[in-house]
Amino acid sequence: MNAIDPNVTADASAFTDYLGRHEKKSLLRFLTCGSVDDGKSTLIGRLLYDSKLLFEDQLLSLEKDSRKHGTVGDDIDLALLVDGLEAEREQGITIDVAYRFFSTDKRKFIVADTPGHEQYTRNMATGASTSDLAVILIDARRGVLTQTRRHSFIVSLVGIRHVVLAVNKIDLVDFSEAIFEDIVADYRAFAADLGFETLTAIPLSARYGDNVLERSLRMPWYSGPTLVEHLENVAVDDDASTRAFRLPVQWVNRPNLDFRGFSGTIASGTVRRGDAVVVAKSGRTSTVKSIVTFDGDLDAASAGEAVTLTLADEIDISRGDVLSGTTDRPEVSDQFAAHLIWMADEPLLPGRPYLLKIGARQVTAQVTSIRHKIDVNTGGELPARSLALNEVGVANLSLSEPVAFDPYAVNRETGAFIVIDRLSNLTVGAGMIDHGLRRAGNIHWQALDVDKRARALAKGQKPAVVWFTGLSGAGKSTIANLVEKKLTALGRHAYILDGDNVRHGLNRDLGFSDADRVENIRRVAETAKLFVDAGLIVLVSFISPFRAERQLARELVEDGEFVEVFVDTPLDVAEARDPKGLYAKARAGEIARFTGVSSPYEAPDRPEICLDTTAEAADLLAERVVAYLQAVGIVPGADVMI
Amino acid sequence: MSQDRLTHLKRLEAEAIHIIREVAAEFRNPVMLYSIGKDSSVMLRLALKAFYPGKLPFPLLHVDTTWKFREMIAFRDATVREEGLDLLVHTNQDGVAAGITPFTHGSSVYTNIMKTDALKQALTAHGFDAAFGGARRDEEKSRAKERVFSFRTESHAWDPKNQRPELWHLYNSRVRPGESIRVFPLSNWTELDIWQYILLEKIPIVPLYFSAERPVVNRGGQWIMVDDDRLPLQPGETPELRRVRFRTLGCYPLTAAVESDAATLPEIVREMLIARTSERSGRLIDHDDSASMEKKKREGYF
Repeated sequence: MNAIDPNVTADASAFTDYLGRHEKKSLLRFLTCGSVDDGKSTLIGRLLYDSKLLFEDQLLSLEKDSRKHGTVGDDIDLALLVDGLEAEREQGITIDVAYRFFSTDKRKFIVADTPGHEQYTRNMATGASTSDLAVILIDARRGVLTQTRRHSFIVSLVGIRHVVLAVNKIDLVDFSEAIFEDIVADYRAFAADLGFETLTAIPLSARYGDNVLERSLRMPWYSGPTLVEHLENVAVDDDASTRAFRLPVQWVNRPNLDFRGFSGTIASGTVRRGDAVVVAKSGRTSTVKSIVTFDGDLDAASAGEAVTLTLADEIDISRGDVLSGTTDRPEVSDQFAAHLIWMADEPLLPGRPYLLKIGARQVTAQVTSIRHKIDVNTGGELPARSLALNEVGVANLSLSEPVAFDPYAVNRETGAFIVIDRLSNLTVGAGMIDHGLRRAGNIHWQALDVDKRARALAKGQKPAVVWFTGLSGAGKSTIANLVEKKLTALGRHAYILDGDNVRHGLNRDLGFSDADRVENIRRVAETAKLFVDAGLIVLVSFISPFRAERQLARELVEDGEFVEVFVDTPLDVAEARDPKGLYAKARAGEIARFTGVSSPYEAPDRPEICLDTTAEAADLLAERVVAYLQAVGIVPGADVMI
Repeated sequence: MSQDRLTHLKRLEAEAIHIIREVAAEFRNPVMLYSIGKDSSVMLRLALKAFYPGKLPFPLLHVDTTWKFREMIAFRDATVREEGLDLLVHTNQDGVAAGITPFTHGSSVYTNIMKTDALKQALTAHGFDAAFGGARRDEEKSRAKERVFSFRTESHAWDPKNQRPELWHLYNSRVRPGESIRVFPLSNWTELDIWQYILLEKIPIVPLYFSAERPVVNRGGQWIMVDDDRLPLQPGETPELRRVRFRTLGCYPLTAAVESDAATLPEIVREMLIARTSERSGRLIDHDDSASMEKKKREGYF
């Protein structure tokens, strides 16, 4: 292991050889997973301890900590070595992904230590996403548990093809071969459908070190490799360099007018000088003029290398484009089906716009439908309208523009994406693309001869969406009605989309769940967009409680075409008015999920217009809206009107 | 995906270059924190590789406590000159005016004001939305759980309970105005990896890492170098010349030397491999208790 023979360190030339060997090591990334108390942290502590990667002061602090928090009596508690943060130490649970390092003469290892209990599935998926192999721990006394199935499913879902089944605590079942064989048979039966290329079962005791690094003398019936032997030798080197070439362009390197390079990490395959390449999205082609690195130009480079390509022709390429060979290109589509792992407290809502990061590209995307969610304990499919924290589902997604990708099963680098909430900026989901949806290629926009501009010109106005948001009873419809009257009196063409009215027709199939509220607003926003295209000033009067959906509505139209009007009426005032008697019903429990009472209202951060209905009368407020529309040129000012 | 075609150092190098390019592309105003130490030297080399033949598209920032070793400052200035870098130097002038030194206020108060506060001041003043740091996960227990892209609030605080999940090589760079991300391209490197890379790439490092005769005094069992006449000598203390070197570099009154004859890179690596004292123990600030680094990080220390 890493602690070296004193003879080697004493002899300078032997030491140079030693360094040379270590420079040629390869790298294996693996994760450990298992149920609470299966001994994951102890196993990793054992790997570090046996590989002599602990230094004296770390040992000292370990002994001190063992006395304070330890769970194994007077022995050193190896788990304390890897359970990092204070709070977890006190709870005795690992609650986040921790990365650990050790190495042998052959390989350097990066270990992702991931937590065992249910609510932290997202951490396991995180650790798995960069791993080539998984060590799944089983407590020999307890056998295959629901958690074991869950972890194995996620390992498989995230595309890990090499698994070690570490049957731990074998000392506590008297090193029994029969028990070991039973567990392995059990596990193999269950894992048959999970697509693992290698599955190696090893009986071990992390606490005492049996079959971790050293072969155990207490299990003569076992003739397989120790855990470390296996990790050193397992071939996880897939055909990444012989598969189709993919280079997601991260950075356009343009230090001067004579050099234009495209930098990125090769996701798969090999590229050679002189190769023909194509930009996936535009279809433009060129040939590779040079492969540039700081250490000199290369004749060829392959998967995993960070390089800069220059091309023979000046073609338009920017960050987010994907370069490939001219045959076997990636798919390009703005719709695809994917497996999603949801990682946020707030559930996934179909129709809500999220940001999606795939390769070096960020696009807006919506889940158009959830096909089903998956019970990760049984693999069974369940119907679903949204996904909650730690749920896994299969969904169709629609993107704001086409992207290049490969199915995740073919390419983990170009088939993966993360989902980001646009308001909180949190990473809320992880996705793995199954396949593109052909539908996207067959629906084309119909180009029309009379365009929006022409229609608006004929009406003598700039079309726009004036979006009134606020609590029920805030006065949205009252003010919108007055605005419409005033605009009509000015000879303008306006139209009101009112929440209640639309729910009687277009949206009568929708209820008041969060998912339905999102869809409600999406349809109205799309309708408003069509009306804007028709040249109208659209007055939308909707509670529209969520910022994200109002943002979606804003982004559907062009800059300057969206005017958000916050009808700011405090809850107690709106409730006192209660024009439709709805608050009374909501308080009596007759209406579920009523905004302001039992469902949240997110006030706008920066509305174009803010109307305080407690300060001024409705007519005056409507006047102010019209004045704003005149000021920004949506409605021509009085002086230009004849 | 493991590729046995590539050595572990090649893979670590490619990963770091990928991270550095990603930051340059996605952030409005990134900066690279440059501490002049060996990890910073490696990080700088990786950044130069990432944008070759172009120049670095971001400046370096050195937080100068005014108590760095003189050789560090000389090395810094030479590096900046040779590589044509854009360097910003920031010192907490309030701290200087208040007469804060490692001797008058103790290491913890001093570090807080002259390093942590100074760093926050500089980040805020320049409006940086991303800052590269050379920290490694193998350095210390609480760092093992640190993300590559580590989110910081407007007050530069780190919340270990509320970190963004980080999957594949897809880093979430979204921040609101005032918020920022600390980026650690060397997350997956170990100390041995750093030394091997320096050896392989012939990366220049500050001479203090190599053994030489230096004037030192012994305090609490640790060798402190008398780098200039500001070090108050205690009664009975006389500087003596010893063959020492530094395993880690910081402010000279707070950075202990080790006795050593290792005067070449292979000798340093050899010494490191047989070392029985882990790296950070040379830094006097970590000694209070084993969770102290986590506390410092929450407050904004790198």
